[in-house]
Amino acid sequence: MAPLEELTAAFESARSDESFQTELDSLLRDFAGRPTPLFFAKRLTEHAGGARIYLKREDLLHTGAHKINNTLGQILLARRMGKKRIIAETGAGQHGVATATVCALFGLQCVVYMGAEDMRRQALNVFRMQLLGAEVREVDAGSRTLKDAINEALRDWVTNVADTYYLLGSALGPHPYPLMVRDFQSVIGTEARAQILEQEHRLPDCLIACVGGGSNSIGLFHPFLADKSVRMIGVEAGGVGGELGQHAARFNADGGGRPGVLQGTMSYVLQDERGQIATTHSISAGLDYPSIGPEHAFLHDEGRVEYTSVSDDEALSAFQTLSKLEGIIPALESAHAVAHSLKVASEMKQDQIMIVNLSGRGDKDVDTVRENLTTEDTEVLRED
Amino acid sequence: MNRIAEKFANLKRENRKGFIPFITAGDPDLETTRKLIIELARAGSTLIELGIPFTDPMADGPVIQRASERALLQRVGVAEVFEVVADARRETDVPIILFSYFNPLLQFGVEKLANESQRTGVDGILVTDLIPEEAEEFAATMRQNDLDLIFLVAPTSTDHRLKLIAERASGFIYAVSRAGVTGERAEMSAETEKLVQRVRQFSDLPVAVGFGISKAEHVVDVWRYADAAVVGSAIVSEIEKAESPDDAVSRVGAFSRRLLTSQPNG
Repeated sequence: MAPLEELTAAFESARSDESFQTELDSLLRDFAGRPTPLFFAKRLTEHAGGARIYLKREDLLHTGAHKINNTLGQILLARRMGKKRIIAETGAGQHGVATATVCALFGLQCVVYMGAEDMRRQALNVFRMQLLGAEVREVDAGSRTLKDAINEALRDWVTNVADTYYLLGSALGPHPYPLMVRDFQSVIGTEARAQILEQEHRLPDCLIACVGGGSNSIGLFHPFLADKSVRMIGVEAGGVGGELGQHAARFNADGGGRPGVLQGTMSYVLQDERGQIATTHSISAGLDYPSIGPEHAFLHDEGRVEYTSVSDDEALSAFQTLSKLEGIIPALESAHAVAHSLKVASEMKQDQIMIVNLSGRGDKDVDTVRENLTTEDTEVLRED
Repeated sequence: MNRIAEKFANLKRENRKGFIPFITAGDPDLETTRKLIIELARAGSTLIELGIPFTDPMADGPVIQRASERALLQRVGVAEVFEVVADARRETDVPIILFSYFNPLLQFGVEKLANESQRTGVDGILVTDLIPEEAEEFAATMRQNDLDLIFLVAPTSTDHRLKLIAERASGFIYAVSRAGVTGERAEMSAETEKLVQRVRQFSDLPVAVGFGISKAEHVVDVWRYADAAVVGSAIVSEIEKAESPDDAVSRVGAFSRRLLTSQPNG
């Protein structure tokens, strides 16, 4: 607990320090490439046949996903706390790459824990982290995915707490992480809100984002929470079916999701009747986690945000649709949000506005997509 | 006076120190767990910590992680752990505390947990990932049922936290020998003695030291300044090395007796 208290105090002090925010803002602009565009997706809109769809282009950020927003914030905090060694967990590898990147930028030692299964399916990101000077440690326990990488990072942290900073990548884990990550990711929603007001002169009707741990979604949603007219939808990984172990839809009560405690947080957790944590499945490593950030659990119970899920196949299909219609190859995680946006937009009026968070780009996923496309799909691709 | 308080009072009167072994329930199977409890009691254990297996044992090193995995293969959960305690109680009155992560207990039901503890003869509970700030309700239910709630303290714990924990703890206080997860260490750190002295400023409860104790020399060293030594991974390693369940029982018995050879007046 002492390290969490130390971290909370440091975060509170940084939060109210103007020079901290100024330094972060300049790094977000000059190093990461903010602000990201809010792009009107004309052909996707026509394809869905309803609401005007805007894409918040977090995929254009340096390192290819929204994760850099948070790692820049936390690395400044780590430096402020005098920590010399940075550890992180990663699922899809995007947070690991973003952490390795900021460590290189500030000359700090970096160790990234990654599940063996994720290392296999995200081999490109493993190599990127190594190029950036990070040590990637394989985690060969449990389901060999994100959850197990977090366990291992927590074990490292409690062992080496004096000189080590744990740079957690999503809005989960013990306090202050969910709050801190939300704060650093809220730049997404703050920008999107200003951009849509400038481009459309009004608020959007609907926001859609994918939800793994929940950092890109809380980042988009949070600045809009007080805008009662804005509908918000979080999209979880529906995987290959509704049985426990086939998906990562924590709000699916029939699928084994109910309140529980995992890794220092009480939230909705996929588990069996004995309280043992379930294995999960998703085609996207970044959504493959049995729990969800606690603020999402709150927003779900309050009814402020709706949560739903889309399957692996639907995500794969949306991945191809967006690639062909807009010339944007999305991350498989973000493809879940795109898949659901097509359904919802088609039921909305043509003068209504939707913002979809395109949390990351899909370069890392092309191998997975190629492996998962059926012969029929491949022929379609060839004909095109 | 409950069984745990009575045990520590007896030790004090006889000027002896305590020995607290840890095993994971269901490793390698429940019948062996029952035999291990009885063997450990015979070997001179002050009390026994019975680990409830969990899929995500984030405070444990590799040895106890593997024990958890073996027990989960036997589908051992909280209900099964109570059955093995009930069985063992026919043959021994050694105090037993459950050592668990919070989620399996929460899903079992806190009220039911307290009732089953009373019915089967569990004396106390240690929840590794339940912090005192969040433990009010849980602690109240335990207190109402005369169950001890044991907390961990670490060298990194501030005086403020030690005070907070001392106000809520009962039975004994478990001091972690150094920052980190469970598992054997080559040497005990000097930090531990300081921690125990700090704990004593806030609490009159007995203090046990654990995490990393694997040799008789460690036990003797801990006995200099603390009331009991907890031995976990080193005992679980004996179970892991065993060629059969019966071999596990005899290995653990022999290992525990070796650790206890230097007990004063023992």
